[in-house]
Parts: sequence; C-alpha cells; structure tokens
Amino acid sequence: MICSLTICGGDEKRVDSRTIYVGHRPCPDTEAFIPSKFCDNRIVSSKYTVWNFLPKNLFEQFRRIANFYFLIIFLVQVIVDTPTSPVTSGLPLFFVITVTAIKQGYEDWLRHKADNEVNKYPVTVLEDGRSVKKESEKIKVGDVVEVVEDETFPCDLILLQSSREDGTCFVTTASLDGESNHKTHYTVPDTEKDLQALPATIECEQPQPDLYKFVGRMHIYKPEQEPAVRSLGPENLLLKGATLKNTKKISGVTVYTGMETKMALNYQGKSQKRSAVEKSINAFLLVYLCILISKAVVCTTLKYVWQSKEGQDEPWYNQKNQKEKDTNMYLKMFTDFLSFMVLFNFIIPVSMYVTVEMQKFLGSFFITWDKDFFDPEIQEGALVNTSDLNEELGQVEYVFTDKTGTLTQNNMEFIECCIDGFQYKHRDTRSELDGFTVTDGPVNKLQQKEKEELFLRALCLCHTVQVKEAGSEEVLTDQVDGIDGMQPQPEEERGFIASSPDEIALVRGAMEYGFTFLGLESKSMKIKNRENNIEEYKLLHVLNFDPVRRRMSVIVQTKSGETLLFCKGADSSIFPRVKPEEVDRIRMHVERNATEGYRTLCVAYKQLSAEEYAVADTGLREARLALQDREQKLMAMYNQVETGMSLIGATAVEDRLQEEAAETMEALQGAGMKVWVLTGDKMETAKSTCYACRLFQRGTELLELTVRTLEDGRLKREEKLLELFCVTLFNVNLKSWSTANQDYGFIIDGATLSLVMNPSREADASQYRSLFLQICQNCTAVLCCRMAPLQKAQIVKMVKNSKGSPITLSIGDGANDVSMILEAHVGIGIKGKEGRQAVRNSDYNLCFILPQFLYQFFCGYSQQPLYDAAYLTMYNICFTSMPILAYSLLEQHISMEILLDNAALYREIANNAMLRWRPFLYWTVLGIFQGLLFFFGVRFLFSNPALQDNGQVFGNWSYGTIVFTVLVFTVTLKLALDTRHWTWINHFVIWGSLAFYVFFSFFWGGIIWPFLKQQRLYFVFANMLSSVSAWLVIIILILLSLLPEILLVVLRKPRGPHSRQVYLFLPFPF
Amino acid sequence: MKNEGEATERPDNTAFTQQWLPAWQPILSAGIVIPGFLIIGLAFIGIGIGLFLTSQTIQVLEMDYTGIEKDSPCFRCTIQSVQNCTCEVTFSLSALFTGPVFFYYGLSNYFQNFRKYGVSKDYYQLTGDTQYFKSPRDVCSPYSYDSKNNPIVPCGAIANSMFNDTFELYQIINGTKKKVPLDGKGISWWTDYNIKYRNPLSVNGSFASAFDGTVKPINWPKAAYELDLTDPNNNGFLNQDFLVWMRRAALPQFRKLYRRITEGDYAMGLPAGNYSLTVHYNYPVLSFDGRKKLVFSNVSWMGGKNDFLGIAYLVVGSLCMVMAVVMLIVYAKFKFSEEDDA
Repeated sequence: MICSLTICGGDEKRVDSRTIYVGHRPCPDTEAFIPSKFCDNRIVSSKYTVWNFLPKNLFEQFRRIANFYFLIIFLVQVIVDTPTSPVTSGLPLFFVITVTAIKQGYEDWLRHKADNEVNKYPVTVLEDGRSVKKESEKIKVGDVVEVVEDETFPCDLILLQSSREDGTCFVTTASLDGESNHKTHYTVPDTEKDLQALPATIECEQPQPDLYKFVGRMHIYKPEQEPAVRSLGPENLLLKGATLKNTKKISGVTVYTGMETKMALNYQGKSQKRSAVEKSINAFLLVYLCILISKAVVCTTLKYVWQSKEGQDEPWYNQKNQKEKDTNMYLKMFTDFLSFMVLFNFIIPVSMYVTVEMQKFLGSFFITWDKDFFDPEIQEGALVNTSDLNEELGQVEYVFTDKTGTLTQNNMEFIECCIDGFQYKHRDTRSELDGFTVTDGPVNKLQQKEKEELFLRALCLCHTVQVKEAGSEEVLTDQVDGIDGMQPQPEEERGFIASSPDEIALVRGAMEYGFTFLGLESKSMKIKNRENNIEEYKLLHVLNFDPVRRRMSVIVQTKSGETLLFCKGADSSIFPRVKPEEVDRIRMHVERNATEGYRTLCVAYKQLSAEEYAVADTGLREARLALQDREQKLMAMYNQVETGMSLIGATAVEDRLQEEAAETMEALQGAGMKVWVLTGDKMETAKSTCYACRLFQRGTELLELTVRTLEDGRLKREEKLLELFCVTLFNVNLKSWSTANQDYGFIIDGATLSLVMNPSREADASQYRSLFLQICQNCTAVLCCRMAPLQKAQIVKMVKNSKGSPITLSIGDGANDVSMILEAHVGIGIKGKEGRQAVRNSDYNLCFILPQFLYQFFCGYSQQPLYDAAYLTMYNICFTSMPILAYSLLEQHISMEILLDNAALYREIANNAMLRWRPFLYWTVLGIFQGLLFFFGVRFLFSNPALQDNGQVFGNWSYGTIVFTVLVFTVTLKLALDTRHWTWINHFVIWGSLAFYVFFSFFWGGIIWPFLKQQRLYFVFANMLSSVSAWLVIIILILLSLLPEILLVVLRKPRGPHSRQVYLFLPFPF
Repeated sequence: MKNEGEATERPDNTAFTQQWLPAWQPILSAGIVIPGFLIIGLAFIGIGIGLFLTSQTIQVLEMDYTGIEKDSPCFRCTIQSVQNCTCEVTFSLSALFTGPVFFYYGLSNYFQNFRKYGVSKDYYQLTGDTQYFKSPRDVCSPYSYDSKNNPIVPCGAIANSMFNDTFELYQIINGTKKKVPLDGKGISWWTDYNIKYRNPLSVNGSFASAFDGTVKPINWPKAAYELDLTDPNNNGFLNQDFLVWMRRAALPQFRKLYRRITEGDYAMGLPAGNYSLTVHYNYPVLSFDGRKKLVFSNVSWMGGKNDFLGIAYLVVGSLCMVMAVVMLIVYAKFKFSEEDDA
C-alpha cells in the first residue's frame, strides 16, 4: 500500500496528497526515488519585476476608463487631422501615466524589499550531515531546517526534533492570527535523534489555507522492520510566519514552501480593488462622457445644417483642397465628430486621477508621520502598506476588529478569587496576610486558612505553565552548578510560558499570595509555599484542556502519598460535576465577576483513593495509546475521572482592555459605524470583552447563534439553524417596531458560520446568507467567535458585497495596529473630505470646455480651439492641480480637537456623502453658469474688438486668453473661498498658481519659440494687460462667477459644530 | 508580508507632519460679507458710471457700403463683370468729429476664425525665410501652388483673402474735394510689425528678386513686394494692412483698423461738413452673404465705444447693493432667532 502511494507521489498535481522524502533520501522501501516538483520557497507579494514593469503597469493603467479614453483621444489626434495637436492630450496623459507609474513602482519596490528581506533570510539547512546556511528562498520541500529561538519559521515544517527534553516547542503565531500567546507543538514520536540519517517519508495533504487543519502521516523505515507509521496533525506542523519561543532550537522537515505555505495561502486573494471614490469618479466620468458625446453630436449636426446654406460651406476665401473635396461625405462627418470629441475632450479631466493618486500617496505619508499613531513601546509608527484605499477611511460603515491584542492587551491579570463563598481581593498593602484578605463577611480564620491554601495549591498545580528559562548565560551556569538549579530569581521577574495567558495570570496570582510555582522537572512539580518551604508533587497525569469539555485537570501525588485531582474550568462545565450545595455559595460570585467582564474559572478538587487512581491510570493510559478514536476514548475517560469533585473556589482574571478601547468603540458607534468583533477566542471571553469595551451595553439584547444553541436533539443542525434564523429575525424586526431604542448584539461562532456559509445543500447558501446579513444589519454590534482567519475574511467579503456595498475597515494582526485602532477615528475624521476634489476637478473642466463649445457657434463649427494649445495642455496639470492637491491634503474644515471629541461628525462624510449626486449636480450647474458667463461676457466685450486706447483691434487669441484668464482665476479663487484652513502651503500654492499662470503667460507669449510652427500667442497676454477694458471685464466676470458661491457660504445656516453640540455628543461625562 | 523594518524611526514632530501648521481660518461671516458687498457695489457703480459716460462720449459713424440696395452708391460694383470699380460714398458731419479719428473697415458673416482658414499660413515664409518660399507648408493647401505649380508667397488662405478695398477720403469744401490725409502707420500691433513678421533680405539690392521663382497669391492684384512701392518699410510682409489682416478676428462680425486720421488740418478731428469717400471696390462678399462697412470712431482710455462694459458694471454693482441689503435683512432675522434659541 505504501509503495503504491509513494509511486503516485510523482504526479502531485492530480492527487490530493504529496509525499515528502525527509532529507531527500530515497527510502529503502520504495523502489524508486521520485523527486517531485514543488514550488520553491520564494514569497512574492510584489506585482512587477524590472522586466515586466513597463508593459504590465501600462496595461493596468490603461484599463482605467479615463486613461484609456485619453489614449484613444491621443491616437485620434495622431491619425486624424484634428484641431489640436497630439501634444495637447499626449503630454498630460504622459504626465499622468508617469506619475502613477512612479508611485506604483515605488510601492512595489517597497514590497520587493520586504520580499527580499524574507527570501534572503539565512536559514540553516541540514544537508548530507552538515549544517549549511542557505537563503530562505532556496529551501526545498524535504529539506531539514533548523530554527533557533525567536526566529521565524521560513516555511511550513513538521517538527522532528526539539531542544526541549519533552519533545515540545513553543511558538507564537502573532503575525498569523494575532494570537500572541505561546502554543505548544509536539515532535513526531519515535523520530530518531539522528536526523541526518532518518529514513522516512511524509505523506500529507496538498496545501490548503486552513491554519488549524493538517492531516498527514509519516513512515519511518527501520532496517529489517515494518515501517512505523505515525499520524501527523496540526500539533506537529510549524507554520511559516510563526516564531519559535522559549525553545533553543528545533529541526523540522519542510512540507510546504513559498506560496504554498499556509500563511501565503491565507494572504492570497488580496486583489487590488477599486476604491469607492474611484467608482463614483467613474460614474461621474460617464456623465461627462455623455455630455461630451452629445456636444460633439450637436456640433456635428449643426455644422452640416449650417453648411447646407448657400455660400457657407466653401466661401471663396476658404476653399477646400482636392483631398477634402474627394472625401466621402459620411467619412467627413465622422472625422468632424472625432474632431469635436478631441476639441472638447478636456471636459474629462485627465489630471483627476493623478490628483487623486497623488493625494492618496502623499496623504499616506501624513498617516506615517502622525505622532499620535506612534507607539513608543515598539518604536514604530503607523505603516501604510497601500495608499490606494486612504480615502476609504472616511467612508467606513463597518469596522471589523480582532479581539485579542486589538481590543485587549492580551495581558491577563488576576483580579480576585472566591474561596468557599468568600471573596478575596488583592489589596496593595502587603501587610495584612500578604494583602490577601477576605473582603466580605466574617470568617472562621482557622478553617478558612486551610481552604485558602488548598485553593492556592490548586492554582499552582493545575496548569500546563512552563517556567521561562532565563537568558542562555544563566542556563549555562545552572547546568554547571547543577546543585541549585532553582536559584531563586527575583520573583516578580519570573517568566512563565503557557498556551493561554489566563494560566499565567492564575499562577502569578497564586504567587502574589505566597504560593510560587517553581517549575516542572522530570514529572515533579515544585512549589514554594507561604512558609518558604518547597513542596514537591509528582505529576501523574494532565487531562488537557479542550474546548468541548472546557476544563482541564491534573492528577498529582503529594509527598505523603495522597493522590489529588485538581480541576479548573468554566463554571458551566464544573458546576454539574461538584456537589450542588457548594455551588450556590460560589455561583453568585462567578456571575457577578462575569458581568464585570472578567474571565472566570472555577476550581475544584478531589482526592483519589488508590483504587480509584489505579482505574483512572490504566484507563487514561489505554486511551492515550489507542490508535483509533483516540479522541473519543480520551474524552470519555476524562469525563469519567472528573466527577464527584468538590468545589474550592473561583477566580476572576481580567484581560485588560487597550487604553481607551471602550471610548474608541463608543466613538465608532457614535460615528454610525457598525462594529464587528471577529475573534478566534471562545465565546464567553469574547462576550465579556465586548461588554467591557462597551460594545454591548447593559441594555443590549443579545442574540446568540452558536453550536450550543444549535444542539437540539430533535432537529438536524441546519434545520435548527434555519428555524433560529427566522425566529431571531422575527424578534428583531418585531421589537425594533415596538421599542425603537433597543440595541441588539448578535453572537455567532465559527462552526455555525461555516454552516451558514457552506450549507450541505448549495441551494440554501444564498438564503442563509441573506438571512444572516439581515440579522447582522439590524444589530449595532456583532461578535463572531472561534473564527479561523479565512472565515474572518469570508465575513468581511460577504458584508462588502452586500447591498449598497458598504466600506469596511478591518483591524487586527499584531501589535502595531494597537495605537492605530485607538486613534483610527482621528485619521478618518481628518481625511474625510477628499472625494470632493474629484467633483471639483470635473466642474473645473466643465467651465473650461463650455466656452470652447460655445465658440463653435461663432466659428462656423469649424472646431477652432478657443485657447492656445499650451493653455489646453497646462490647465489641468499646472494651473489648477496644485491648489486642489494642497487643499485635499491640508484642509481641516473642522479642527482636530472637535473631530476627536465629536465622532458623530463622521456620519456627515460617511457614505461617500461628498461624492453624491446632489453636490455633483450643483457643481455641474455652477460650472455651466460660469462657462456661459465667461464666454458671453467676453463675447459682448468683443462686439467692438478695438479695446486699446490706440484703436488697434484684438484677434481671436486675445479672446481666448481673456476667457482663460478669467477661468484660471475663478477656479482658483473658488477653491480659496472653500478653504477654511489656510496654512502657508495653501497660501503658497494658491497664490503661487495664479502667479505662475501670469508668469507663464508672459513667458510663453514673450519669446518667439523656434520649435513652434506658429507664434499665435506672441505678446497676446501682454497686449491684453495693456487694455483697461480687458482688465475690467476680467474683474467683473470673476466676481460675478464667484457670487453664487459667496452667497451660498453666507446664507447657508452655519453648519459644523458649535460648542454646545460638541458636549451633546461627548460619549460620557468625564 | 509586513515590512517591519520600515518605520522604526520616530516620526518627525514637526508642525507639517503632524498637520498642526499654523493656519488662518477665515470665516465668511455676514459681518465681512455685507460691508464687502456694499463697498464692491459702490465701487462697481462708480466704475460703471465712468465707463458708461466715457462710452457715451465716443463718436461713431458707421456706413454699410456693400451695395445691396439698388440705389446705394456701390450697387453697380456688385455686378461681377465690372472690373476696377470705384464708387463714392458721401456723408456729412454736423459737428466736429474729435480726433484722432480711427478709420475701420468692417466685415460681417465673414469667418476669419474658421479653423482650416486659421492655420492656412506659413509662419516661416512670413519671417522672411526664403527656404520656405519654394515649398510652402501643406497647411496652406489649396493656396500653396498655383495651377502651374509655382509656389505662392505668402501662401495660405488668410493671405490670399486679404482685404483689398481701398479708400480715399475727401472733405468737400465749396464743391472742391480736399483730400484728408490717412495715416497707415501704427495700425497693426507693434510686435507684429517689429518682431513677429520679417521681410526676406533683398537679393542684389532688389527686394523683388527675393521673391524670384514664386507667384503672388491668386486673389491678389499685385505681388507682396508691390504692396506699397512708396514706402519700403510698409512693403512686403511688413505692410501694415497685411499685418492687420493676418491677425484673425475672433468673431464672424468684426472690424479692422484701416487708417488713422492724425495729420495736417485733421489732427484735431474731422470738422463739421460734407465728406466724400472714394471706394475702390474689389472685395467680393455677396457670395457668402457678407456685408462690408466703414466705421469712423474715436477712442478713449477704454478703447472703442462699448456700452456693454459700463452697463455690466452698473448692473453687477446694483446687484451687490441689493444683495447686501437682502443679506442684512436675512442676517438680522437669523441672528435674532439664533439668540432666541440660545
């Protein structure tokens, strides 16, 4: 069987499993060693290489409507005889494309750098009996890799050997799922110490993204023996991206590499998505495109109508050449249409994207620079990985947050306990019984003391905590001395390592009250009691924690030969297993603690008689060795042992919230955002955290949809699910009718969610999802617990794709987001107004192009441009872009302090409010008004073109230049009117733009340009300025076109926060 | 992958990076806007009155001489067959037409702003670059070569269609015609005459030889080097009439400066009396339903007569005043209600 399987290993692509030869050694049992092809260990998050950057980037850029459109226009200009030269649209396009390419190239270069750092990281690989340093990217599947403490695993490894005696190692997966506690992983049993010559193959499933699932088996070949088969599970698998902790060195064999590692698979699918702002821009562009086309159609039609009049088509002074005469009429029409398109093409602002890009790009620097995002502990500020979605920060509707490490500090603290119904609370004063005192009720001192000590011993013994070995130097001396291995370190600094921070908190708690856990050495646990005596217990069995039982136990033997079982676990799992009369005394405390947001555990014990122990011992051993149904057998045995205990007490541990987490949450909710907590944690903990950070308020009605509520004997899970869905939805709807102010919280767990997402019948999927979404949307807060990372992504995706495609924001992954979430709303608040510039830009262009359109009626529809080519080219990229950029970057229409205090202001800008159709329409109408004004104002002035006091007349370029001057001044001053926050940069850019325009016009018209075929603007601008009438018309037109804006500003009821409003919105009185 | 090494440095604590740049935060409150509007309104009304009065003082005399009507003096020149037609237009002034008087010709329904027409010239020819005399640019087509394939200089539609009616003005004193001297200098832009356009250098002392191998534009009665044989500074491409024509009009109805009356007895203006204008009628406009006219006008600091600007200033000025009053009322009401709320 083995042979057949390994032979299949060759064509990996077709089978669901892969075979790995440990150390690339052919195994004696297989006939042929078939090295199979796996991908190398390179991580590629970058999009481009040096070679494909240009074509690929260009391709992606031209996929944008606007860019593609300008490319088309450019090509039309090149091919067809059009009014403006290809340069006029080619140059801005080139500029836009270049700037975008530079920006994207820079961002990709950063990704390359990051990739390289990972890929070139030196890794020790065991090869032919030697340790070889290799670059991480060179690792192949089957390589045996060594990793030392605090290093990150370079690929997915099967743990073969650990420096720890018990064949375990500790890892933290903070960068994978955000859980920063230590997890224990186990070596594969029976792997020989000599890895150099371990003849073994591993057969495992093909890579899949689920971090917590792994199935495989290992065949170990021994000479003259049947190969031993060991099953492999997730506890043997070390994931790339996780970090080795508290273990000096491990060796493992590579199973998945590079893009096939679970981490890479989890990070995949991060496709570049379009931001909502860009979507609105596209919609507006479409409107403008329609305007453009209709303009071109109107002009073409009118042109032919007009031409049909006698003498108009070809007056003697402007005859057509032979080629024009020969051209087909319809072709001519089409060419005319294209020419009009080209002439009006600037109505679509070429620079809009580039302004938006630049704004995003530079805006991201503000986030990086922000001191308030800086975390002094890790010496890092916020890091913006992609600037593409900056503006979305202002549009967030849903906030998805991780719990551990994001809402909470993941730093547990022992708060209080309850022993035999009496509450003990730690007081700062150490004088009185080490600060461990009864804080309620009278107490029988002597009897109580016994109980106390029992309880504290239980805390000291019932756990899987390891004492952290201090730095290697100290370890060395320990080994040399060998006598006093337990050289007492300063107790406060003693480090513990455990798979759950709760355990550490409990052990620390016990330590504070005088019972110190010294460590586990060869199956014996040492604790130091209050009298500073060392007590030693023999650890007989550990009944591991599992989420179903929700408790764990240890069986220890005291010096005196007593066998004790200590058990701790969730109240719900302990209470049924202890004497009922004890429960009542403790339950009150537990419930009170739970509502205070503490994580509670109950502690019980039982004394085992020799016979009882013997039964348990054999039972446990058998179950542990069972090859089939090991889990179930163990579970049954555990349940059998953990009965008839007596309750000693309960503990309350606080997972401290991040500073100001509650305030942040309230601010987020105040800002109208829906907050979802997605966590891998168990429900109770998560729930209490949600209470603690005020995500769930006291008045919030909770709707639960978990495995527990689904456990119903009568119905299948899915049926029950559907039923519950309907009931919940009905309730929510009904109650929201009756009581308007009822808040709902919704709780769902991973298992239920996967039932929702992937029901057994595909047909139900959409129904479930829509039901689920409907419920969620009616709830102010949603808690999803026991989530796998991919499930988190699924949820986010589902919400994102729901109706109205709301903007979502996710927070999580590791410690550097800590300060980010605390301050997230600040950044959001300040950065909220950007979208507006897109609309502005388009209205700029409307009043820019409208006079050109109107001019067609006066020039026989001959596509005569009104403005000079230089002005056409520069308008967007030079004269108007900088003020917009500065405005979008620096504008703070409401001061930071007010924004911080007043989260509800966020509602104003959320939903892309600035980019809605109403303001768009307003800007458009205003643009049309201004365009008409500019054109006809100058038109009436030119009814007598003798505008100078020397009687000389102005020509068509003077006309265009006057209109253009009015235009540039108007749009810039309009922006100035809208700027409420004038920093020196705004001053510089706004006045600078105007000055630049004047300077440029002088310069452009002041020189005979040798490369130009005509000098049509020569001295036009200077001559214009020598005319008083031109000055006067410019002034009056600017004022007139700004008038509506000024009126609006003045007459609009002053919005924005007044002082009294601010207090109204304060989350709570300080 | 997260890149951890990137931002380990503490962000700069500068006003710029922290977005704390000191800022001026003007608020367009009614307290500023209302007085502002009042001031602007008053100023505009003032300017408007000034403009309007100035415009009113400007004298303008316009005469259509196209000859559409049968009884008009130039009617007979509209008949195609008549060559070198001359007609006489008379007018009388009842008062002194204050000088300097500017003499314009005007054309209507004439599209100098046609795109194809507008580009139909060779700038290099017009800077006197004889290289381009032999091969005019394509854009001049169909006015670049004559039927015998000789290059046309100056090529292109604009040059070809140069206005070629000429006028002589006489004051009729006691039945005798006294010629009014017309000054043809300074009617084009200074830069056009001095910098932008250049004549080709004379070959062997003869200006005309520079044009050897080229032909005159089809519609011209004489070659470019014969435009003004009396004054070499007004000849060729530097002929002022030519330069005026080459500066294209913005609109299909336009006027161009023809002459100034600045000399002799008429430096102070045209005295009251009868005048006769001899028109050498060459320029056909009826084929495209155009009109030709003569305009005598004097100018002020604001240029020629234009009532629009004055009226616009008066209207906008009054509008500002009205709005200031409206705003004052609205603001007063609003402010009082605000105080009631508080």
